[in-house]
Amino acid sequence: MRVRFWGTRGSLPVSLTAGDIKSKIVEALLAAAGRNLKTRADVEAFVERDLPFPISHTYGGNSSCVELDIGTEEYVLCDLGTGVRPFGLHVLARKGPHARCTFHVFMSHLHWDHIMGFPFFPHAYIPGNRIVIYGCHDGIEEAFRRQHAAPCFPVDFSRLPAKIEFVKLEPGKRSRHAGLDVTPMLQLHSGDSYGYRFEHGGKVVVYSTDSEHKNEDAASTQEVVRFFRNADLVIFDAMYSLADTVSVKEDWGHSSNVMGVELCQHARAKHLCIYHHEPVYNDAKIASVLKETLRLEEITREGHTLRISSAYDGLEIAV
Amino acid sequence: MQVTAVRHADVLVVAVTGRIDYMNAEEFKSALQPHLANCVAGGDKVALDLSRLEYVSSAGLRVLMIVAKDVRARKGTLVAVALQPVVREIFEISRFTLVFNIFDSVQDALRAISPAAAAASRAG
Repeated sequence: MRVRFWGTRGSLPVSLTAGDIKSKIVEALLAAAGRNLKTRADVEAFVERDLPFPISHTYGGNSSCVELDIGTEEYVLCDLGTGVRPFGLHVLARKGPHARCTFHVFMSHLHWDHIMGFPFFPHAYIPGNRIVIYGCHDGIEEAFRRQHAAPCFPVDFSRLPAKIEFVKLEPGKRSRHAGLDVTPMLQLHSGDSYGYRFEHGGKVVVYSTDSEHKNEDAASTQEVVRFFRNADLVIFDAMYSLADTVSVKEDWGHSSNVMGVELCQHARAKHLCIYHHEPVYNDAKIASVLKETLRLEEITREGHTLRISSAYDGLEIAV
Repeated sequence: MQVTAVRHADVLVVAVTGRIDYMNAEEFKSALQPHLANCVAGGDKVALDLSRLEYVSSAGLRVLMIVAKDVRARKGTLVAVALQPVVREIFEISRFTLVFNIFDSVQDALRAISPAAAAASRAG
């Protein structure tokens, strides 16, 4: 299975400013000073090898959208944030506008940042495409229809040519869709959210975003640990610091890197990918959170090594 | 996990020993609370001596946040003292260094929050 991140930002999409780009170029040129970079290959190797990621790249700014590729013709996504737009353009570029595609989408919840890419998903406007939207919420179809209704958007949902279906799932009940065994879990978030445990070919990917893990009692922590148990990859909402989640941002519905490391360690998960980045954070800040998370794993490790990544738009992880 | 207290004038030095995780966080909270009962403006000041705390998880930090907020609401004084390097790093990564005033030693804390307690400590 391959997991591709098309949108990794929490709450609302962001983009780099002119000043941000200038600052990266200045840092890069300063780092290049005195080096013998004569060819394009020299420069590319320098950029890849020697520049820190937040200088040479960006974590990106699209809101939540992750693709699970199990090697079939049909596509599987989690959430329809603005990341679904570049995903759709990528599919169009690969397959052309006349290919008829099926997309299976598992919705964590219906907050704006998780559905706002759908009106800009090109395949919704092409007859013959099929889009199956799965979720545990009541009113999931209504949320999508309302987003397309005037005065919010010029094209009403009823005018979308693609065949769009809605499938209600039950939390805690495992079912098979698009070649994957899927188990949803209720999570703590305003209006509820749902995490998904996807199983395919002996591999397990957990998608757990917009979830506040309060750690108020051992039983609820154990329930999450069971859900994460032995996962090959856990995609985890680590939007805030732990101190924020238990003080000023308590009940805002998000978790921390500290909580992600602990839950994954208890569950003996193999790989934690921190996700749903705080939109206020710049690339340097997200990189520093990753560095601290790596260090936390190192100093709290007890036998089991947990791999840690920070999601960015364009990241691909082989599971 | 053990919680013990020693009084120096108006300061209670509350020592925490062992590890705190989600399995014993509630026990830690119960053990801590009696020592904080009079941690109010004009009452006891409390210095948490964490020199023998080996590890604290998010569940333990959550307890510390709850008691810190409670004490702050009562205008009391609660500080943290002598964190081991690992615990210090956990405080930094979780941003709990912004929640607590942290001192390197009990004597440093006593000098800062109560000269009378510092004197009593030296004498006793």
